[in-house]
This record gives sequence, structure tokens and C-alpha cells, in this order.
Amino acid sequence: MQLFVNIIVLASIYALIACGYVLIYRVSRVLNLAHGELMMLGAYLLLTVGSTFSGHPFFAIAAAVVLSACVGILVYVFLMRRMTGEMVLAAVLTTIALGILLRGLVVLIWSAQVQYPIKSLGFVNESLALPGGARVSIFAALIVIVTAAVYGSLFFFLRFGRWGVRMRAAGQNPLLAAQRGINLHTIYALAWGLSTLTGSIAGMLMALDSGLDATMIVIGLKAFPAALVGGLDSLAGALLGSLIVAGAEVLLIHYVDPLLSDVVPFLVLIAMLFARPWGLFGTREELDRV
Amino acid sequence: MFKATPRASGYLRTGYAEDFALVGTRLERASLLVFMLVLLLFPLVASAFQLDLACQVFLATIGSLSLMLLTGYCGQISLGHAGLLAAGAFTVGILFREAHAPFWITLPLAAVVGGVLGVIFGLPSLRLRGLYLAVSTLALHFVVIYLGGEYESKRGFSTGIMIDPPAIGGYEIASPRVWYFILLSAVAAALLICINLMRSRTGRAWRAIRDHETVAEALGIGIAGYKVLAFVISSAMTAVAGALFAYYRNFVSVEAFSLFLTIQYAAMIIIGGMGSLLGALLGAVFVTVFPYIIEAGLMALPGAQRYANMLFAVNYAAFGVVMIVFLIFEPLGLVGIWRRIQSYFLQWPFKHRTVGGSRK
Repeated sequence: MQLFVNIIVLASIYALIACGYVLIYRVSRVLNLAHGELMMLGAYLLLTVGSTFSGHPFFAIAAAVVLSACVGILVYVFLMRRMTGEMVLAAVLTTIALGILLRGLVVLIWSAQVQYPIKSLGFVNESLALPGGARVSIFAALIVIVTAAVYGSLFFFLRFGRWGVRMRAAGQNPLLAAQRGINLHTIYALAWGLSTLTGSIAGMLMALDSGLDATMIVIGLKAFPAALVGGLDSLAGALLGSLIVAGAEVLLIHYVDPLLSDVVPFLVLIAMLFARPWGLFGTREELDRV
Repeated sequence: MFKATPRASGYLRTGYAEDFALVGTRLERASLLVFMLVLLLFPLVASAFQLDLACQVFLATIGSLSLMLLTGYCGQISLGHAGLLAAGAFTVGILFREAHAPFWITLPLAAVVGGVLGVIFGLPSLRLRGLYLAVSTLALHFVVIYLGGEYESKRGFSTGIMIDPPAIGGYEIASPRVWYFILLSAVAAALLICINLMRSRTGRAWRAIRDHETVAEALGIGIAGYKVLAFVISSAMTAVAGALFAYYRNFVSVEAFSLFLTIQYAAMIIIGGMGSLLGALLGAVFVTVFPYIIEAGLMALPGAQRYANMLFAVNYAAFGVVMIVFLIFEPLGLVGIWRRIQSYFLQWPFKHRTVGGSRK
């Protein structure tokens, strides 16, 4: 039972992060390898906002969430906008370079020690007992709920929202979308904002649950196989992919070897790339983009 | 990616042999001689620190040359470079620890291991392209690193594997000067291999694959074979670089082969300039020396001691900024700058290259 709970929690962490990869890839066909760092930045923003404004903690969380969305939009406007139409490798390397820059900046500003934003916000992270003898911390449970909420709202946004439909259009056929009067730059900026926002929420919740330092980047990177296994342009796929990756990871750690933790997602990824490179639910694209 | 610039002030070649020659003009021959003399005399005047830096540059150069073959010339994106370096280093480490094998066994075996890994890394390239290929090599990097870490912890070398310096007939190679010349000749060999590959059938096939796969296939180039060949050659060279690194440092540990190392090598070929061997050299020099420049600059600031423990963070941030600047403002890299200066003087007093007439 505890294993099952662990899988669900880990899967929702991965899913919440993976939807950031999916959003950006689906709209602009760019793989954002700085997602882990942006997510960490969001968590650190919460730390700063929480310790400077001693108002209501929920106000601090809201402010940090808005700030992180702004960060995503700024990244697009000042950086990724210039990479439109460049080689795939150039765009990916730009995101990697951004990641390195952020990693350095975060340490310079907030130091490399493990921080606990939960203290500055004044929450207590109790452990809940679930039926079946399993235990789960409040914030881990919150991650599951938030993931469900985020996916639900993203689904409705993309399905029925005016901007959501525009985003899907831009992703399907940028030229046609632009000719129909959709401002692609706005759409791309929106995608980056949304992606950073969801990633940051994941980062904040994880930081509240278990502390905050640079190891969070690794979790961000490990969520990427989840996105790819499900299909890089499918949100439902990301959900299922996260479940598969998290399931494989938790079970293998438990039954085989704890050291496997960092490789399992990538082993799943390799298996998937050999079998179905476009993922479980992804649209089969011509993989000819060099 | 570049049109070859005229090397003399005009196109003066009259036969294929001249077109094929490594050294074209008298000036080139003279400057090459001077350059070689400088490299040979450098260890006589250099300090220990400068020697070490030069050796690091040489090691990086072998790695960046092999990545340039793969990514710059064959167009196959790889994010698994650190994994291959680690494979070479661990081959040496494991063979030394388990069998006390001398270097003339371990180095060729490292190349073989690299080649086999190259096949494994390269097989996905037959189905995957671009982004997906990059991701699959990235995944393989983690697998290799995991296997290395597993070996370390299972055999009780959790901090790393110590390796004795290689010995030839009882004489141990430990002096930095000797290492300088060994690594210099290794770089020269790697460079010659690359140049010769590039001016032969294989190099032409790779460039055709990079520029347009379908057209290359239509021209009768065996895509699958040449792609895997690119991976094999590049990986074997990388693994040898990793093995030399292991001997040079006398120490192997998975910590040295993080994802950041891969990014550094990718940065070398981006900053140097894609599709140019000169770019690989310049990039390797730049990326290797860069942290020391940052350190020197930071130490020159007032209150330097306060920053001392922040150094790696400053390095990261500055490295990220430099990479972004190059990607956005100078996608052709240092070579692009160099070519612009060159063609400015070659074309002088004209500003633009003539369209017709002396092509090439």
C-alpha cells in the first residue's frame, strides 16, 4: 500500500513537471532543457517572497506563482524569441545555457545550502495516515491534488478557452495560424509563461515538502522521460507516461537497487525510443528536423 | 557551412594535387613551422600551472575534435559525450585495478570499448533524428555513468579509482613535460586523422548526410553505414581521450563526468564554430581557459576572498552567459570571427566578395 502511495505521489510530481515540457514542445517544437532550473527558480522565488512579505502565506504563494509566470514570459521575449527558426541543436543548447546561467545565479543569490521555505511561511508538514497502513505527508497529498487540478484546468483551457484553441492552432500549423491573425509570439510567450508556472508550482510544493537545493534540477530532468514516453505533444500522454516512469522507478528501487533511482527513467526512455519514438499518445511526426 | 575562403590572394591552384595539399602557400608553410616551434619550445619556459593548463587544453581538443566529426560534420547531435569519456576512463581504471594491465593494452581496449559504445549510441540514429537522437544519447550517458558508479560502489572504490602512472620499460611517465609532449602528439595524431577523414570519401559522405539526408541517399551514399561509422570513429577517439585523461589525472571517478562536461563539449563546438576543425581547436582552448580567466578576474576585484567559495557559481553563470551570447550573436563561433577578419584583408580594399569569377 505504501508503495502504491509512493508511486502516485512520484507520478504526480513527474506529471506536474512534464506538462511544462509538453506545453512548450507542443506549441513551439522547442525542447526546454532548462525546465528543471526554472522550476527551482520558482521555488526560490517563493522563499524570497515568503520571507520578505510577512503577510498571509497564501498571498506569498500567489505572488511567487505570478512572478514565475513572468519569468517564463521574459525568458521567451529576451532569449528564445531570437532562436525561432534556428537549428534544433541551437535552440536546445540555448535552453541548456540558460539552465547553467540560472544554476549559477541561484547559488550566488540564495547560497547552496538546503533551505526550508516551509519555516518562513509557517506551515507544518504533518504526516497523514491513509487506510491500509500507508502514510503520506500533507504536501505530498497536496501535490497529487494540485496536479489533478492543473491537468483539469489545462484540459479545459486548451479545449474550450479562446487562447487555448489558438495555442493548439499555432502548434499544429504555425504558418496557417499566423495567417488567420494569431500572433505567434504572444502564443509562444504564453506557452513559456504557462510552462514555467506549472513547473514552479511543482518546485514550490516539493520545496515545501522536503526542502530546497540544487538537487531539484535532477528531478526536473527525470520528468522529461515521462513527457517523452507519453508523447511530447500530448498532455494525456504525459500523465500516463509519468505513471509508467514513476511506477518503474519506485518498484525497481524497492525490489532491485536504490542506486537505480537516477537511471530508471532514462532506461524507460531508451526502451520507448526504440519501440515508438513519438510516444504513446504523441502524433507521429516526420522526425526530420535537423 | 562555410564556403572555403581563398587561402592565397586569389585562386592559384592548377591541379588536383594542389587542391588536395595540406599546406598550400609558402606563408602557410612558414607560419605552420613557427607555430610548431612555439608549441615545442613552450614547455621549456612555461610554469607548472601553464603546463597543466596546456595539457588540459590538449585533452579537451581531442574530445572536441571527435564531437566535431560527429555533430559538426555528420550532423548527428550527441549529448552523450561525457558518457563516452567516462567509458574510456573507466576502461583504463577497471583494467588497471582488476588485471594491472599496462597502457599499451588499456588504450587500444579503451578505443574498442568506445567503438562498441559508438555502435550502441549510433544505432538509434538510424531511426531517430535531431532532437530525439540527442535525447537518446543523453539517456545512454546516464546509463554509462550509472554502470561506472555501480562498479565504484560494488568494488569499494566509492571515492574513485586510483591509477598508477603508465610506465615504459620501468620508466614512469609522471613529469608534466613528458605528458605535454605525449598529449601534444596525441592531438596532432587526432587532428591528422580528422583532416584526412575530411578530405576523403568518408568525410564527403558525412557532409552530404549533414546537409541533406535524402539527397545523400539518392546519390548512392549508404546512410546507415556512414552514420554508424561516424559514431564509431568519434566514440573511439573520445574514449581514448577519456583514457588519457584517466592516466593524466591518475584518478577516475564518476563525479568528473557529469552532464556539465557534455555541455562543455557541446559549448566548445558551438563557441568554436560548427563544421570546422579549427573551430574545435579554438573552442577547446576557449572553454578550457575560460574558468581561469574568470577566476583571475574575480580575484583582481576588491574583497576577493569573500567570493572565493562562490567561484564555481560565478563560473556557471558566466559560462551560461557566454554560451547564450555566442548562440544568439555569433552562431558561426570564433571561426566565423576569424574568417571575417581574414576575408577583410583578402578582399581589401573591397568590402564584399566577388560573386562570380574566382569561386572557392
